Amino acid sequence: MHNDGMWIYGWHEVFRRMKVVADIVKGAISLLVGMGVTIKAFLSPTVTVQYPRQTITIPPRFRGHTKLVADPKNPEKTPCIVCGMCVRNCPSHSIKKVEGEKKEGEKTKTVTEYILDFTTCSQCGICVETCPVDALAFSADYNPAGYRREDFHYDLVKEFEKRRTRE
Amino acid sequence: MERLTDIITLVGAETVRAIAGLIGVLIIVVINAILLTWAERKVAGHMQRRIGPKEVGPYGLIQPFADTIKLLGKELLVPKDVAKPLYHLAPILIFIPVLVSFIVIPFDTHLQVKDITMGILVILAFSSLSVFSILIAGWGSQNKYSLIGAVRSVAQNIAYEIPLLLSLLAIVFMTNSFSLKTIVEAQKGTWFVFYQPIAFLIFFIAGVAETNRTPFDLPEAESELVAGFHTEYSGMRFALFFLAEYTNIFIVSAIATTFFLGGYSGPVLPGIIWFFLKTYALVFVILWFRWTFPRVRFDQLLNFSWKILIPLSFINLLVTGGILKL
Repeated sequence: MHNDGMWIYGWHEVFRRMKVVADIVKGAISLLVGMGVTIKAFLSPTVTVQYPRQTITIPPRFRGHTKLVADPKNPEKTPCIVCGMCVRNCPSHSIKKVEGEKKEGEKTKTVTEYILDFTTCSQCGICVETCPVDALAFSADYNPAGYRREDFHYDLVKEFEKRRTRE
Repeated sequence: MERLTDIITLVGAETVRAIAGLIGVLIIVVINAILLTWAERKVAGHMQRRIGPKEVGPYGLIQPFADTIKLLGKELLVPKDVAKPLYHLAPILIFIPVLVSFIVIPFDTHLQVKDITMGILVILAFSSLSVFSILIAGWGSQNKYSLIGAVRSVAQNIAYEIPLLLSLLAIVFMTNSFSLKTIVEAQKGTWFVFYQPIAFLIFFIAGVAETNRTPFDLPEAESELVAGFHTEYSGMRFALFFLAEYTNIFIVSAIATTFFLGGYSGPVLPGIIWFFLKTYALVFVILWFRWTFPRVRFDQLLNFSWKILIPLSFINLLVTGGILKL
């Protein structure tokens, strides 16, 4: 339809103009919806944890470095028998040294030194899985820090003793 | 007390009033900037469900002071090849219109530096000067980002000044006065926001655009222009731009309060408290905008003003005039 008068629109033009108005209304509503979202967030409690002052509980399946666990029958010592399975199975040779001695009146060896090089450990868990006496587990130590790489060569026996005496 | 009256008679009451007003205005400007830098970060934090500043002082309230000390301690770098006089002039110049606008704002029944009969024109005339200093800053900085930011700012301010003015004109139609105090007194019964909701909306949108706030913060769009016109400014010079921006937010909210929300009028509480309550409620809405809306594109920005806001404000003016004539 041909039109050249200023006030005479074709139907097409009328629909186009109505659509523009509808778009504006829709846009304005969407702005209000957005403001509703932010004010709801503003009024709801914060979700951040103020880390050094607050900490979250570490889930039980968290994989920190490995630790020696206490023997359920005798919490004074670990069930480790110094068999060396973990050393042999470690894919990155992170377990440097497992030493033990046979004490008087005991059937098995007792671990005296267990050196784990945590810098190369990938927390794969093969040592935990292969341990025949379930002496190993993952710790919940999530924030190890140190100044030199030797700081991450852990002696798990010493760490176990420290943990035991603290408790 | 006698000495005081002696001094007043010696130098004239008007001079004393001007000096006291200037001091009061400066105090408001500084306190407002301190409060807003803190509030902006706190609001930003809570809208993102964070906490925001909390380390310096209780609830981080001392944070703005720490920031000020940091800015004061910074070296005032002057980049190579800047247009020296313009570069140095801009941060000072941006501050003058901001201070002048405070003269006519009525904080309470008698708390006003000067009730000028052309009050609103003073504010509008001087606030359009701030574009000038932004342009100077951008031009003098010898930086393409600054220049682009400044040019955008000029286009934006010219586009949004018109609906701003027209929306206020509707109120002037209703009260037959440019004086801000008369306008507040005329709202003792009903606030003008109920008579003129469209004008209020237009004024507020244009005001947000005038202060270069999100979603209209194209002159300082950090994702495209680093910081826009104040890219090359550091230390206290940057702080002056910052101060001016926050003061402008306050002024826009204060004018909106005066024209549409009944200014200092309100029950029970003293007028000044009502004034600041209403003003800071509007300031909060502007902060709320910033943390909700994404930035508009430049063509959208100009189209919105020229094709929607300006025709709408003209229609609003026409209808207002028609109804008043009947």
